[in-house]
Amino acid sequence: MPLLQPIGRTFLFFLAATGRVTIFSLTSIFSCFRAPLYPRLILRQMIEIGYYSLPVVGLTAIFTGMVLALQSYTGFARFSAESAIPNVVVVSITRELGPVLAGLMVAGRIGAAMAAEIGTMRVTEQIDALSTLATNPYKYLIAPRLIAGLTMLPLLVLVADIIGVFGGYVVSVYKLGFNPSNYLTNTIDFMEAQDVISGLVKASVFGFLVTLMGCYHGFYSRGGAQGVGAATTNAVVSASILILSFNYIITEAFFAR
Amino acid sequence: MKSPDVPKIRIRGLHKAFGDKHVLRGLDLDVGSGESVVVIGGSGTGKSVLLKCILGLLEPDAGTIEVDGQNVVGLRGEEQDAVMRKFGMLFQNAALFDSLPVWENVAFGLIQGEGMQRALAKQIALEKLAAVGLGADVAELGPAELSGGMRKRVGLARAIATEPEIIFFDEPTTGLDPIMGDVINDLIVKCVHELGATALSITHDMASARKIAHRIAMLFEGKIIWAGPVAEVDCSGNDHVDQFINGRAEGPIRMAVEPL
Repeated sequence: MPLLQPIGRTFLFFLAATGRVTIFSLTSIFSCFRAPLYPRLILRQMIEIGYYSLPVVGLTAIFTGMVLALQSYTGFARFSAESAIPNVVVVSITRELGPVLAGLMVAGRIGAAMAAEIGTMRVTEQIDALSTLATNPYKYLIAPRLIAGLTMLPLLVLVADIIGVFGGYVVSVYKLGFNPSNYLTNTIDFMEAQDVISGLVKASVFGFLVTLMGCYHGFYSRGGAQGVGAATTNAVVSASILILSFNYIITEAFFAR
Repeated sequence: MKSPDVPKIRIRGLHKAFGDKHVLRGLDLDVGSGESVVVIGGSGTGKSVLLKCILGLLEPDAGTIEVDGQNVVGLRGEEQDAVMRKFGMLFQNAALFDSLPVWENVAFGLIQGEGMQRALAKQIALEKLAAVGLGADVAELGPAELSGGMRKRVGLARAIATEPEIIFFDEPTTGLDPIMGDVINDLIVKCVHELGATALSITHDMASARKIAHRIAMLFEGKIIWAGPVAEVDCSGNDHVDQFINGRAEGPIRMAVEPL
């Protein structure tokens, strides 16, 4: 019996947490569609998530594209298949690496910041103060962040796709001796609309998950500085795991034959 | 039409537990219109829980809370917002919004709660800041740049900005030096008097309680064990009240202290 107790306790904790996340998610989503919306706050979050994440996402994308071209070359040269490098780079970046790496970078930058900010507001009673000032915290704090995450990450991923492909181009042309015109022609000919669209759909879902986890863990943080620290860690870890899980599910939905 | 006999706030049989810790155990309390009631009691006796239950921030397990004769337990959405507009609250640590300048903190309820134009709300915010002794130079500062006493005063200005019918004060003098504590007490008395508001405060500071209260109620083990006019608190005939107001370690209230 003592062996079963921790299993049962863990299972009950899991069920309670799942229920809490579900209720929080539904309440948050409904808040996005009901007045009042706060355009000023939505814009501020869009700038925070979209504009200020550009450098880190851009750097990640360009180095990923460059490494991808180099690694592909070392492998493909054995089979005299170097000409496939532009195709590999564009498909890998648009379908997988662009959205996943941008999602993970934004989870680290934005998810953590949201959990810390909202968590601090919780433990210093600022969220209670919002309620006493007849302001719904879901509409004021959560909805603007969800809307901004949902709309800004696809834009970030679009930029990451372009920069990532450019990284592959730079290494292929200036280091590996590819013909620039052939490289670009191969890239454009091989790329399909579905590659980009699937990446943007993933980005939207990842943007939603990152902001949802940041807000959720911040909103339910307890116990002062230690609680806020735990909320920040949990927000990044849960968002990262959800990004990788949903990446598989969306890939399966788009490309499984 | 509200009957004149109906108290502004009427609480009956309020219960609230957190796990197996039963904090409120059938609490009854009336606060009359225009009256200032101070609830005293030791740390962890449920004073803050009482305020949060009235404000709808916590859901009571049982009991009723009536505001102007309307039961407010379980209200949601617009109905809850309508009741909330009757309230102002000064939090223990002021709970100012870090991301907003002082004037926007004070004007928050006017802009977000009542949809007032920002320019007009700022003008009112400056008037309220002046009423609590803060100049226009403070209005553009961030909350992090203020001292403890200034934060309390900004919190008080925010609590009275919408001219609420009911104001709650959560430990209004905690963490302040005695002189600043007395300044805050005077401001509370002045603001409540000028607005004609009903006030419910919680504190352990007896000097503060004597200054701002018309009536004092003592919370012990989840119930109000004594309530009466402030003038009678020294001759309450209740051992718990006597021990508390005189700050004695010996008496019926026992603290769980482990020997060294």
